[in-house]
Amino acid sequence: MEIIRLENVGFQYKDYEGNVIEAVKNVSLTIDKGQFVAVLGRNGSGKSTLAKLLNALLLPTEGVVTVFGRDTSDADNLFEIRKNVGMVFQNPDNQMVASIVEDDIAFGPENIGIEREEIIARIEWVLKAVGMEEYRYAAPFKMSGGQKQRIAVAGILAMKPEVIIFDESTSMLDPEGRGEVMDVIKRLLKEGMTVIFITHDMNEAVEADRIIVLDKGSVVMDGKPETIFADERLPLYNLKLPLVTRIAKELKDGGLPINGSVTRLEALTEELCRLL
Amino acid sequence: MKDVTFGQYYPADSIVHRLDPRTKLLFTFFYIVAIFFIKSPLGYAGVAVYAVAIIFAARIPVRTVLKSLKAVIFLLLFTMILNVFFYKDGEVLIEFWKIKITVEGLFFSFTMALRLILLVMGTSLLTFTTTPTALTDAIEGLLKPLKYIGINVHDLAVIMSIALRFIPSIQEETEKIISAQKARGAEFDTGNIFKKAKAMLPILIPLFISSFRRADELALALDARCYNLSDKRTKMKILKYKKTDFAALFYALLFVGLIVADRIFLVNIDIIGLLR
Repeated sequence: MEIIRLENVGFQYKDYEGNVIEAVKNVSLTIDKGQFVAVLGRNGSGKSTLAKLLNALLLPTEGVVTVFGRDTSDADNLFEIRKNVGMVFQNPDNQMVASIVEDDIAFGPENIGIEREEIIARIEWVLKAVGMEEYRYAAPFKMSGGQKQRIAVAGILAMKPEVIIFDESTSMLDPEGRGEVMDVIKRLLKEGMTVIFITHDMNEAVEADRIIVLDKGSVVMDGKPETIFADERLPLYNLKLPLVTRIAKELKDGGLPINGSVTRLEALTEELCRLL
Repeated sequence: MKDVTFGQYYPADSIVHRLDPRTKLLFTFFYIVAIFFIKSPLGYAGVAVYAVAIIFAARIPVRTVLKSLKAVIFLLLFTMILNVFFYKDGEVLIEFWKIKITVEGLFFSFTMALRLILLVMGTSLLTFTTTPTALTDAIEGLLKPLKYIGINVHDLAVIMSIALRFIPSIQEETEKIISAQKARGAEFDTGNIFKKAKAMLPILIPLFISSFRRADELALALDARCYNLSDKRTKMKILKYKKTDFAALFYALLFVGLIVADRIFLVNIDIIGLLR
């Protein structure tokens, strides 16, 4: 089922000197329910702008963005769109509003008018979903980056959205924190959540069902990780192969008869075991 | 609330701690009013006994409360000295150059100091027994009627909550900037007061810029969580007055009444006359 549709979408703005910047150019794509989509691209490729177009934080200057069939440019649709498309931002510190975890998680549900008893039940449920049950009354500022980001995910989850966009949500975290957030995402996917994951880390992007590569505001590649990482244009967009694929490729170049475009560790292990 | 981020909250299980924060806020307000009405020595004694009784009821060590006076000790001495030197009337005790020290002056400065001490002790009792978050809730609850004159009390409450939430973050940031500037050879502890003030500039400017950036990101995060998109918002935490709250407010009012009655009806005992 299609839930997000972009038709010839463009976004322009003026910078401090008055130059017109085209952050997103003529992008058309659709995203289906339950998909795990990674959006890749170097700095300034327009991936964060694209993300903000999907929940009406930015409105397209050209074309149309529809979410669940609703046009994001129509102010009457804002509530339904933002309620259903949650967003986790890059800096875990700058998206928390309260000094206590449970108050912060309650903020979203309160805003959309969920009943009190239901909010209390949801807090318990979302803290469990992100593995932070014992932190209900804790102060976020004492936590690690990964923990804070999981609380941020819990705050979004408590609104019961259909889609969660992660806008470079792991880029400020240490490897351990990244792992924690990725684990939460995998759990959400199993429950049928649609996840849009903005990143510039290849090793995270390989986990997705589909990768969209942006460059200078346009979609330059769109497909399964195996196809994307087998594409020879990759270095053009300053993208490196994920570790597993790089090892496989070099083994193949070194003369081993294996599939050089595997992206998952299990697939590589299998290929190597076959050779033994 | 188990975990408090900062401030001087003293966790304990006492009848005062369990009071509704709105009650405590009103109680403190009446206490301050009472202090302004004191005139007679009996009044001072009354307020002092009252304050000490509440400290005991709150199960806070007297020493902890006295520590809160440390912060105002300079102000205390300053007003005492000014009052002693500039009180012109009454029997002269010592006179030199243009300065006269009178018996009344000494007495007046002593009672002023006592008033300040009682004021600080009482108000710090509020922050000892109430968490900052509870205080925010109380202010929101008490200001609620203002919505009838078109003031958005909920916005005010969110602003207060965010301010509280960001105090530790900005403190941390300030420390980081100081370290960064020190690493580049900045000196903050040398030179006269003007030099020191000037040395603060390289701390303040980056701090301001980063605070604005934070504010920007936070605004997006609030929008993404449906802030102010719907009129039918709910509240997870509901404050409820209990029997003890009504009792406490009754005592507070009774006490103000007694102090006012003391000022109006009781004959003022002439302490200075008695001493003579």
